[in-house]
Amino acid sequence: MADLRPEDKLDPAGLTVPVPPGHRSNSRLERVLRSGRFAVTAELNPPDSANPEDVYEAARPLSEVADAINATDASGANCHMSSLGICSLLARVGYGSVFQISCRDRNRIAIQGDVLGAAVIGVSNILCLTGDGVGVGDQPGAKPVFDFDAISLLRTLRTMRDDGMFLSGRKITSPPKIFLGAAENPCIPPFETRADRLAKKVEAGAEFIQTNYIYDVDLFKRFMDRVRDMGLHERVFILAGVGPLASARAAKWMRTNVPGIHVPDAIIERLEGAEKQGLEGKKICIELIQKIREIAGVSGVHVMAYRREELVSEIISESGVLEGRHASDRRRRRAARATSG
Amino acid sequence: MYAVRRYAVRHARFFERLYNSFEPVMVFLDPIFRSMGYNRLERPVAAVERAVKGLLFDCQMCGQCVLSSTGMSCPMNCPKNLRNGPCGGVRQNGHCEVKPLMKCVWIDAWEGAARMKGGDKIQTVQPPVDRSLEGSSSWLRVAREMAEQKRATREAERHALAEAFSEARAEEPAAVPLAREPDAARPHREANESTTVIETAEAPQGKV
Ligand code: SF4
Repeated sequence: MADLRPEDKLDPAGLTVPVPPGHRSNSRLERVLRSGRFAVTAELNPPDSANPEDVYEAARPLSEVADAINATDASGANCHMSSLGICSLLARVGYGSVFQISCRDRNRIAIQGDVLGAAVIGVSNILCLTGDGVGVGDQPGAKPVFDFDAISLLRTLRTMRDDGMFLSGRKITSPPKIFLGAAENPCIPPFETRADRLAKKVEAGAEFIQTNYIYDVDLFKRFMDRVRDMGLHERVFILAGVGPLASARAAKWMRTNVPGIHVPDAIIERLEGAEKQGLEGKKICIELIQKIREIAGVSGVHVMAYRREELVSEIISESGVLEGRHASDRRRRRAARATSG
Repeated sequence: MYAVRRYAVRHARFFERLYNSFEPVMVFLDPIFRSMGYNRLERPVAAVERAVKGLLFDCQMCGQCVLSSTGMSCPMNCPKNLRNGPCGGVRQNGHCEVKPLMKCVWIDAWEGAARMKGGDKIQTVQPPVDRSLEGSSSWLRVAREMAEQKRATREAERHALAEAFSEARAEEPAAVPLAREPDAARPHREANESTTVIETAEAPQGKV
């Protein structure tokens, strides 16, 4: 065998960098959350192309405002570029990603292998999802797999990481260093047991939660009350999902056609009454972020808008959630300069 | 049948009680099952189980029954086969995302669990289904597994004793026995327990 070239010995994904004490991974998102800062994640919708530039174009505005970018896994059961493909492109330019895994399309053999594959390219956040049924997507004739559900997947990945073992008991010589997440949907039935299910996800291994779209703050508050009563906010970081509505019509369509979305009538009426509905949708979203930020136990926001990454970036900047952060960063940089010079 | 299975969920407490008296009987019968041969019993018992549970719960014979932990609502009727539901797509009227005419199997499960005494079990994280066990009898599996667990506990007790009394164990091994006893050595207990089964049960389980 030929000698290794110097570039082969490099470690572009930083896999040999030790994980900070008390952390599971080298994820920036994990660091931000554990340091108590308000975290921001944003969703990238994969293109229907094999051109990397399409991914970078969407990722650029998000990279400026987000601690990690979620790469969706055929969300809504529609076929797009794979989430693993997106994550590898993001890793190449140093953006943090959240690798979304849905249980709908792959079985336990494929998923456990993908997780190792993701870890070696530098993915350190994984979001475990059950996934929508195939019927709502563009290829309803597909075979739904659902070998795992989100919770058994979480437990499996935690076992891979902490016990260095596949589900079969076979040893993993270098376990993946990953920060594990799951989704929760506080605004749909059964409301009374949503927090209990969250507890189950934490029990299974979830360390952060990104919720589905929240438009009903009161409902979310009630959910968070229950979460705090159960002490769950101390065991898991909760990032509330938000997103701008394009118009009243779009909101109504989403409400009836996309599984798991609840938009209260008050919001639709407000959109209908507005002159520029798109602008009003953005305003509503910013207000939602500001209201949600005040709720005790919420650790961050997750902002989503289908293929409108520029808009997401604007919303995050204008909402003010990053303000304190930049100042402290500047202060730290200044202090570093002062000590070194 | 949909109506019967909804009935079962509404009467989850009753079915829980029924099962709780049935399970110990199955475990008690384990020595007899073993002497008859689990292999020989598998098909007829599975057929009865399929008929009974099929009627009551629309049982799909996954072979790894968890009805006691799912409010008597069979999770294999969930179109996504979730073992830890519900998913995030439940409709506002509580119906299923995939089958709009059906009540979400997992809403039923949580409601059923609330009626049960051991309803808390719904909080336990369930593993994915072992698809290779589909069609086999869960009843026989429970009998085997529970009996095995009892045996294992007994073994563990002997190990603990040997460790706690290690000097006595070294000097008077018969007072602190550790080796596996032949059946005839315990004439008053486990008359039907054959050592061969213990041996196979202790063989390494997972393939490497
Ligand atoms: S809505 Fe309920 S029954 Fe339907 S797929 Fe989701 S968990 Fe299963």
